[in-house]
Amino acid sequence: MQNDKAKLEEVLRSARRKAEQAEVFSASARATTVQFEANELKQVQTRESSSIALRIFREGKIGFAVASGGGDWEALVDMAVETSQFGGPANFQFPSSQDYSKVRIFDPKTEQVAMERMVETGKELIAKVRGHTPDILCDVQITKGISSVSLTNSQGGEGGYDKSFFALSLEGILVRDTDMLWVEDSEISCRPDLVGIDTLAGRVIWQLEMAKNKATVSTKFLPIIFTPHGVASALLSPLVLAFNGKAVLEGASPLKNKLGEQVFDKKLSLWDDATIAYGVGSYPLDDEGVPSQRLPLVANGVVTNFLYDLQTAALAGTKSTGNGRRAGSGFPGPAMSSLVLGKGEVSFQAMVKDMKEGLVVEEVIGAEQGNILGGDFGGNVLLGYKVENGEIVGRVKDTMIAGNVYQVSKELLAIGQEARWVGGTLQTPPLYCSGVSVTTKGN
Amino acid sequence: MAALVAFIRGKGYNTGMRDVIADALKGHGADYIEVHFEESQATSVVYRGERLEEISRARSAGGNVRALVRGSWGFVSFNRLDGLKARVSLAVEEAKLASRGPFKLFPTEPVVDTVAPRLKNDATTIPLATKKELLDNYNGIMLSSPKIQSTRINYHDVKKKTTFANSEGSYIEQIRTDLGARLTAIACEGSEIQQAGLSLGSNGEFSAAEGLHEKVGGIARRAAALLSAPQVRAGEYTVILDPILAGVFAHEAFGHLSESDHVYQNENLRQIMALGKRFGGKHLNIVDDPSMANLRGSYRYDDEGTSARKSYLIRKGVLEGRLHSRETAAKMEETATGNARAINYLFPPIVRMSNTFIEPGSASFEEMIADIEEGVYVKDWYGGTTSLEMFTFSAGEAYMIRRGKITELLRPVVLTGNVFTTLENIDAIGNDLEMNQGGGCGKAGQYPLPVSDGSPHIRIRHCVVGGR
Repeated sequence: MQNDKAKLEEVLRSARRKAEQAEVFSASARATTVQFEANELKQVQTRESSSIALRIFREGKIGFAVASGGGDWEALVDMAVETSQFGGPANFQFPSSQDYSKVRIFDPKTEQVAMERMVETGKELIAKVRGHTPDILCDVQITKGISSVSLTNSQGGEGGYDKSFFALSLEGILVRDTDMLWVEDSEISCRPDLVGIDTLAGRVIWQLEMAKNKATVSTKFLPIIFTPHGVASALLSPLVLAFNGKAVLEGASPLKNKLGEQVFDKKLSLWDDATIAYGVGSYPLDDEGVPSQRLPLVANGVVTNFLYDLQTAALAGTKSTGNGRRAGSGFPGPAMSSLVLGKGEVSFQAMVKDMKEGLVVEEVIGAEQGNILGGDFGGNVLLGYKVENGEIVGRVKDTMIAGNVYQVSKELLAIGQEARWVGGTLQTPPLYCSGVSVTTKGN
Repeated sequence: MAALVAFIRGKGYNTGMRDVIADALKGHGADYIEVHFEESQATSVVYRGERLEEISRARSAGGNVRALVRGSWGFVSFNRLDGLKARVSLAVEEAKLASRGPFKLFPTEPVVDTVAPRLKNDATTIPLATKKELLDNYNGIMLSSPKIQSTRINYHDVKKKTTFANSEGSYIEQIRTDLGARLTAIACEGSEIQQAGLSLGSNGEFSAAEGLHEKVGGIARRAAALLSAPQVRAGEYTVILDPILAGVFAHEAFGHLSESDHVYQNENLRQIMALGKRFGGKHLNIVDDPSMANLRGSYRYDDEGTSARKSYLIRKGVLEGRLHSRETAAKMEETATGNARAINYLFPPIVRMSNTFIEPGSASFEEMIADIEEGVYVKDWYGGTTSLEMFTFSAGEAYMIRRGKITELLRPVVLTGNVFTTLENIDAIGNDLEMNQGGGCGKAGQYPLPVSDGSPHIRIRHCVVGGR
C-alpha cells in the first residue's frame, strides 16, 4: 500500500527546479472500526486518508506545505515556495541513502480479519464484562488498519514502510442515582493475535470489583500507587515534554542542564524504543528518514539523552535521535516512539500491603491542565481506590491529587515488577510514590 | 467547490457536484444516506522562543458517505474522490452488519441553500507577511520582558467549503472560516518554570488577532510574577470565576452533560437529566445558540442539514432542553436542535455544542466579593475536562480574596467538583456577560472543534481548589 513512488519522484523533481534541497513525505492510512454504543452495535466505519508534505530549502530558508486529496502538485510547490520567504534558516541536510534495520511492524493477517469476526469480538467482550456487572453500559471499538509512509529527498535518501494495527477498547459506565462509575481499558498491537479479549475483560472486571464499595479520604499528604494506567494518566505528560529536545534547547525544560546528573530515583530507568517488535509506536525510519533506535533517557536515575529531530539537533549541535515525527503529514518535530519504564522488584500486592493509608490511582482527569512544563500534575481522581492497613477498601470520589513529578520521582518507595502496555506506546509497571497532596470535599 | 468539481471531471465525470451526488445516491438500498464533501485551505505559524519554528500552508480535499440501514450506521471517508458509487455501496454494506432496532430520523425539511460568511477583514486573505509581522511584534514584546526564558505562539486560520447532500433532497453549500491562536510566555528562574498564556479566536475576522500588544505584555509580566507567587493551600473555598473561566465551566460542567448522545441510551442518566428537574437557583440560565452572529461556534446549518437554533439548556434553574442530532432527537422523542457536527470529513457528525453561555444576572462584581472573608478569584483558563458527573478545570490566573479584597497572586490552581452540587452552589451571577472565543472542544477524537463559551462573573460556594 506504499504511496506511488513515481508520484513522490514527480513532486521532488518539480520542487528541485525551485529549491536547493527538497524532501517529499507521504502518509496514508485505511482503517475499519466496528463501534458498539451502550452494548449495541451502532456503526461500522472505514476511514481512508492520504497526504503529501513537501519541505524545501530555498535561498537558505525552510518552506513547507501539505496537501491531501488533490492532484495538483504544482500548487504544493508554490505554497512551499511562498512560506519559504518567511521560513527559518535551513541549518541541516536531509539525510542521504541509509541502511534501515528491519523492525517487525506488519502482520498480513490484520487485513484478513473479517468484519463479522470483529463484530463477534465486540459481543464476546461485552458479554464477559456484563457477566460480572449486568447493568454496565459499554462502548466498545474494534479497529483494524494499515498505515503507510514513504519518503524521498534530494540528497538521495529514500525509505518507507507499511504498518498494521489492531485495537480493542472498552469504556464502561455504571450510573446509580447521580453516581457515575467509569471503567476503561484498551489493547493495541501490530498483530491481531496479541490483542486478547480475556486480558482486557479481566482488567475491567478488576476495576469494577475494586470500585464496588465506596471509601472516604481526608485532605492530607498521602502515599499513592499509580497503576500503569495511572502513570499514563497523571505522570507521563510532564516527562514527555521535558525530554523533548526543543524544550531543552530553549531552556524551558526542567532537565535542561541535567544531562549526566542524578535527577530521578536510582531505581528508575526509562527509554524510548522504536524497535520493539509489533509495537504500534515502532518504525524502521523516522519521518525524516533517520534510522530508528533504542534510546536510553534515564539510566538508574541519571538523565542520559533527549529526543531530537534534524532541525533541533542541528541547533543544539547534536545528532537526530531518529525521533523526528509528524502528526499526519504535519511539520516534523521531536516526539517519542514508545516509552518503556523499566520494571522493579516489588509486586503490586506487596505495595498495597505496605500501605497503612493511601490511594491507588488509575485515572485522573485534568492532569494535563496545570503547569506541566514545570512538572506539575494534578486533577480529579476519576478512578482510584483507598487503601487502609494494606487492603484496598473501595473507590474514592470528590478527590483531587496534586504534585510535582520531579519531587515524587526523586525518591520512589518502589517500582512494580508487573509492567504492561498502556495505549500501545507506553510500557510501565506501577509506581509507588510518597507524599502526594490529596484534597477532598468537606475537609 | 471549483477545484473538486474539476478534479472529478478529470476522472471522467462531465457533470457538476450536485449531479455526481444525485447519481451516486440512486438505488442504494438504505433508509437514509448523506454525502459530505469538503475542501479547505489553512495557514499555520508557530514560534518557539525567538525562532519561527514553522510556517506552513495546507490544502485538503475529501469527503464521506453515511448510510442508515435498519437502525445502524455505515460510514466511509475518503480523499480520492473518484468512485463515489462504490463508497455508497460500502457504507450500506457496513450498516447491514449491525442490527439495532430500526428507527426513523427526526424529520427535517429538505433544504437547498448556499451560505457564505460576511467578513470585514478575512484572515485567510491577509498576506502571510502581515501575519508574520504582527506575530513577530507580539513575540518581541514577550521576549524582551524580564525573566522570560521562552515563548510559544501557535496561530492558525482556515477556510473551508463544505457540500452536504442527502437522500431526502437537501443540498447545502457552506463556506466557513475560523481563526485561533495561543500565545504563551514562559518565565524561568533557577529550576522554577512558570507560564502564562492568552487564547483568542474568531469566525475568521482578522481583527481578533490585532491590537493585543498591551495584553501580550501583561501575560509576560504575569508569568514572571508567578515565579515568586505562593501555591494556594488546598481546600474548599468560595470562588469567583471571571467570565472566561465561568464560560469554560458552563461548557465543561453542564454543556457536555446536555449532549444527548451521552444520555439517550442510558436509562439512569435519562432519569437524572429529566426535563423539568431543578439544577440550580432561579437566577441560572444556560443557553447554547449556534444562530448567534459571528462567533466561532456560529453556523446556519449543522452537518446533518438541520437549521441552527437557540436552545435553553437550563431556564430559571430548571432543565429545559438538551442538544440533539436527528437520531438522538428521534429516540428521545424531542426536537432536533441543529447540534450534529463533525470536525472534518474523516468523521461522522456527533452531538456537539456551539456557542454556550450563562445568561447575565444582576449582581455587580463589588457585591459578589464584598462579603467573602477568605476566597479565591480565578481568571482565564488552561483547560477543562469532564466525566459528566465530575468536572475539573484549571485557571490561568488566581488571586486570594481576603476580607472582600483581591490580594496576592497565586500559582495556577485547579478547581474540581461534582456538576450537580456545584450548579446548586452558584449563589451569585454577574451582569457582565462576555463571550470567549479561544480554544476548541474535543470529544470522541474530534478536536479542536470551533466553539465559543461565555458567562458573566459568577460566585460558587464550597468549591474544591487543589494545590500543595
